[in-house]
Amino acid sequence: MNDRPITPGDDRPDQDLPQEPGSGREGLSPIPAQQDKDAPQTETFSVEKQLDLSQKSYSQGQLVRRRFIRHRGAMVSLAVLIFITIFAFTSIGYGWIPGWWDKDYWRGGLNIDRGRPTLQLWPFSAGEHPFGQDNAGKDYFALTMRGTQRSLIVAFTVGLFSTILGTIIGAVAGYYRGWIESILMRITDLFIVIPALVLAAVFGKMANGGIWPLAFLLSVIGWTGLARLVRGEVLSLREREFVTAAEAIGTGSGRIIFKHILPNTIGTIIVSATLAIAATILTESALSFLGWGVRAPDTSLGLLISTYQNSFQSRPWLFWWPGMIILAIALAVNFLGDGLRDAFDPRQNRTAD
Amino acid sequence: MTTFQNDQDQIFTGSGTPLDGEEVVLSFDDVDVRFKTEFGSVHAVKGVDLRVRPGEVVALVGESGSGKSVTSMTAMRLLPRNARIGGVVNVAGKDVGRLSERTMRRLRGNDVAMVFQEPMTALNPVLTIGTQMVESMELHGVARGQAAVDRAVELLGMVGIPEPERQMAKYPHELSGGQRQRVVIAMAISCDPKVIIADEPTTALDVTVQADILDLLRSLKDKLNTGILLITHNMGVVADMADRVAVMFKGEIVERGTVEEVLLRPQHDYTKMLLGSVPRMGAGRGQMGISVREEVDETAPLAIELKNLVIEYQRLGKAPFRAVDDVSFTVRKGEIVGLVGESGSGKSTIGRCALGLIPAAGGEFRLLGEDITRMNRKQLKGLRKRIGVVFQDPAASLNPRLPIGDCIAEPMVVHGIGDRKSRQDKVYELLDAVQLPREVYNRYPHEVSGGQRQRICVARALTLDPELLVADEPTSALDVSVQARVLKIFSELQEQFGFACLFISHDLAVIDLLAHKVVVLQNGKVVEAGPREQIMENPQEEYTQRLIAAAPVPDPIEQGRRRRERHELLRAQGEEVVELHLDDPSAFRESISGEADTL
Repeated sequence: MNDRPITPGDDRPDQDLPQEPGSGREGLSPIPAQQDKDAPQTETFSVEKQLDLSQKSYSQGQLVRRRFIRHRGAMVSLAVLIFITIFAFTSIGYGWIPGWWDKDYWRGGLNIDRGRPTLQLWPFSAGEHPFGQDNAGKDYFALTMRGTQRSLIVAFTVGLFSTILGTIIGAVAGYYRGWIESILMRITDLFIVIPALVLAAVFGKMANGGIWPLAFLLSVIGWTGLARLVRGEVLSLREREFVTAAEAIGTGSGRIIFKHILPNTIGTIIVSATLAIAATILTESALSFLGWGVRAPDTSLGLLISTYQNSFQSRPWLFWWPGMIILAIALAVNFLGDGLRDAFDPRQNRTAD
Repeated sequence: MTTFQNDQDQIFTGSGTPLDGEEVVLSFDDVDVRFKTEFGSVHAVKGVDLRVRPGEVVALVGESGSGKSVTSMTAMRLLPRNARIGGVVNVAGKDVGRLSERTMRRLRGNDVAMVFQEPMTALNPVLTIGTQMVESMELHGVARGQAAVDRAVELLGMVGIPEPERQMAKYPHELSGGQRQRVVIAMAISCDPKVIIADEPTTALDVTVQADILDLLRSLKDKLNTGILLITHNMGVVADMADRVAVMFKGEIVERGTVEEVLLRPQHDYTKMLLGSVPRMGAGRGQMGISVREEVDETAPLAIELKNLVIEYQRLGKAPFRAVDDVSFTVRKGEIVGLVGESGSGKSTIGRCALGLIPAAGGEFRLLGEDITRMNRKQLKGLRKRIGVVFQDPAASLNPRLPIGDCIAEPMVVHGIGDRKSRQDKVYELLDAVQLPREVYNRYPHEVSGGQRQRICVARALTLDPELLVADEPTSALDVSVQARVLKIFSELQEQFGFACLFISHDLAVIDLLAHKVVVLQNGKVVEAGPREQIMENPQEEYTQRLIAAAPVPDPIEQGRRRRERHELLRAQGEEVVELHLDDPSAFRESISGEADTL
């Protein structure tokens, strides 16, 4: 097979020289090229991938899941997030379901040792008030857990609703084009140009301290980014031939959008949703800090920080505990989003054709 | 001399390879490339040896995945970072593997230049042609300032671009595909490289433009004595251009020799199979075991009836663009009509109109006896049940999120036909018909390769037993051997189901193989239409003659004759034969400024 020189006359001996039986050369007997006879479809020389039907089949979703599970940062974040969520909900319970922590977040008491935290890492002991006590002697652990619950509820509700809203508006605008797109995208622009915090503040006032109306109103301002992203994706997907093929067999618009187009944008949607959750945690904290979000006697992480901002010098734990939890949740969700984006990234591992 | 590998793999050493003492401008010695991926390493090139003399065209032929492009990229050292390269690549006597990044940058362009497949992406869309040409020359110190501009104009004139001064200020999108490729070639020769690597230089172009570009490349290597490594999958291009040929299969060279030897007397089974899968111009029916029922019932009802059809695209602030202008033809049931034309001829637009995806601006379009120009949504849906469609790109025409079984069953679901069980039975039946194993039912499109995907598309198109099938370039994205198989299945199914077919293609040889009638389109107008024998064997119009003459055949002797005939035809029609406008190569060389960096 080497491109080495050969003496003239010695080339292609298999054509010119007689065959030597038993020499190992006879296998090369010149068969006249049957170029126009029945196609010599020798399977051995097929460039087509041989279907290995014994191997396990992976769907796109399974491949994504595999990559996601291998992403260490995302897995750690997921564990942290699940831990915080379970901890927050089981410790003080939710609604009428009792938790394992024996103190209530609304009941004051005597301040012991200026409310200093009793948590001890080595040897580990939680003590009476692991996170300390606030001014009124309320157990700060119960308060922080309550705040975490509220923040998580708001964040996930907003994540869910703004994603649904943004996806539908973006998909409809991108698929139908024309005047529908113009109207929907101008509305989107309108929401984008008004500063989110101003809008949130107005809505926060309207929500009047309740977390469900607050969550709903935050969703109303949170969908714009996703709507634009989804519209962009849909614009490119609707030109793909599988969409044209679906149209050509008479598929209705609704089925094309929900069955053929949106499943292909799932990566963008999920990544954007996680980032929206992280952003909402911060927005909710900011709003509560400014006094337009959750109000006393109920509490949230942002509200805790705002209430005790003056105690930062004297009793720093009142600031650190809720602050660290905000940070942990926001970081975990962001890392989770990163992991998901890596898992969905089409540039990784696609078959060549 | 025949060398034997350890196993049954037989590899032939062809004649015509450079002797040891001879001057070579590009040589690969035992080049070996592996890519590291998520699922282990991929052995893309397995020990390739190849040499290119000055003024010689060596064609590296193979189908997708054979490693031919990867081999050529090693000479430019442009492979991605996860590649492990073994062996030695020599460009103009310099070992590419040992050069520093800085010297390597100077080598690219000065000693080795590249011509890519898609000229639109090879040129920067936001810079003018002039800026890009001057930039490459200034970077290599070939010329500076006004001298560089003058030289760029001269180069554009050389490659046959009319009014080069004016074109300098244009952006790539303002030129046609062929002109863009000429600009890329002009840039490639601007530093007078010793070897040009042309990676599928004509694949994205129309046949007539392809023939022009090949003429240009041929005169270029004759006049400048440049070696060319031509990478292609098209056997016709090989026959037209190459002096020597190396056939690659799965990372190895399986056969090599002079172009006559390899194309006329192939030795290796793979080469034979490859050549046997190329449909030949003028060979007509019966190639590759593909047969079409010849007789068409003359009284059969019409599936498509076009009368003076006009289709326009609306443009903002401009008069609408007339893509299809006054086109009339008919397709009977059981008949295959080939719609032929180059890009921009409006052939795909007619196909999309037949699917009811684009409205007609005027004229009549009767589909299966009903006028679709005045139909509402609901009626259109009923009609679509009776029409199937196959598109060009198998990668894009299946929804990546649906399992293959669901893809094929989709038309039945949309039209509410059958229940779960009967749909599944029908899908199995169709998978058998397109010769795919039933197990692919639960697989996903990304798990199968291009030709298999295209067969799935054919199956989907036939789900509802359509009376009409619109096939828009169904095989042009496929490798030849795969194309042969798809065409065979297609013709068998046509015979079995007897549907009418509008077969849109730019490949005359494929049309020659399948169609009963041929309609030739140019710029939205019908140039010539009639039965296949008449159009293919005795074309009357100049355009059709040029089109047929430009299609290359995989036979160097026959192709040489066809090329001379084409040149005569062009001269007779008052056109120019493309060549490099250069009278004095030594003057061209000397005009490179003394600053030009030497290594």
